[in-house]
Amino acid sequence: MDIVKPEAFAHDGLFPNQTTSMSGEFGFVTTSLAQIANLARKNSIWPALFGLACCAIEMMATSGSRFDLARYGSEVFRASPRQSDLMIVAGRVSIKMAPVLRQIYDQMPDPKWVISMGACASCGGVFNNYAIVQGVDKIVPVDVYVAGCPPTPEALLAGFEMLQEKVRLGIPPGQDPKFIAEQNPKLVRIQGLPQARREAYAPERA
Amino acid sequence: MLPSALEAARGLAPRLSDKFAERFLGVREDREEITYWVEHTAWHEAAEFLRRDSEFEILEDLTATDYLDRDPRFDLSIVLRSDTQSSWIRVKTMIPENPCLVQSLADIWPGACWYEREMFDLFGIKFEGNPDLRRLLLPADYHGHPLRKDYPVTGPATSVYR
Repeated sequence: MDIVKPEAFAHDGLFPNQTTSMSGEFGFVTTSLAQIANLARKNSIWPALFGLACCAIEMMATSGSRFDLARYGSEVFRASPRQSDLMIVAGRVSIKMAPVLRQIYDQMPDPKWVISMGACASCGGVFNNYAIVQGVDKIVPVDVYVAGCPPTPEALLAGFEMLQEKVRLGIPPGQDPKFIAEQNPKLVRIQGLPQARREAYAPERA
Repeated sequence: MLPSALEAARGLAPRLSDKFAERFLGVREDREEITYWVEHTAWHEAAEFLRRDSEFEILEDLTATDYLDRDPRFDLSIVLRSDTQSSWIRVKTMIPENPCLVQSLADIWPGACWYEREMFDLFGIKFEGNPDLRRLLLPADYHGHPLRKDYPVTGPATSVYR
């Protein structure tokens, strides 16, 4: 068996505290059970079917062969909330659908996560009226908001990767994203951003 | 409409006038669309007359309009279609805000039931004699009637679900 070097496990430096702990040169690695569990969870998040509008078409495309959500271990969209870990709220939520959505969320076993996909689910979008819930976070705690109208499959995948990071880091589901950003400043992604915004978001890494 | 059908639809005016006298308010024609106006007290009678005696078998639509500053406040209109005459007409009436009440047409056209439920739901117009006057679209515990002009567009200020 090959000797596992620590470098093989080390991350890109963004998360120095989350590496697989102490690893020696004796072919084994020590870590905590929680980290192993999080690693397993992160790679098999099963979404519940919750397509509500046009965002659902993009969600279906994401799970299709071109974009292939199966690469992340999440190709199994479950029709039963009892078998799901993730609810992708894809579309506008009417006030009549709100209790249904909450019930399905309540039926999902812990730990469970919610992705609010698109403008309508995140804030009501163009439907600023009496019939549409102005943001699904009024009903269920949301972990990742994906922007777009509708978001492209790439955008949903990016949001999904963010959720995977949260799961791997062991951030409890349903925390306020602003609170998490304050507590974990290194969660802010800076790759690919213009220099000015890198400095604004994460001065120590700009 | 064919010219003959249009003539037949125009011919309803004297018949309605004979039958309902001052409760028949008039007729308006615009680009071959004929609208008859009746008092809301004659709403059910006029509908029954048009269904039984004039063979308008199909109730195509029943809807309402809110003119906030006008008295009476609401317009109620139905679109009737006749297969035997190949024609259609519109019948309108005005309903005051208080009491916001009119006779139901569900006993003439059973399909009117859900239209009236929708109008009750969104405008708060009550239909006397409707067999099942519940909200149609909004949840049963919803407060207010959102298509009224004095209802806030964005809905109630406080969120129900939290």
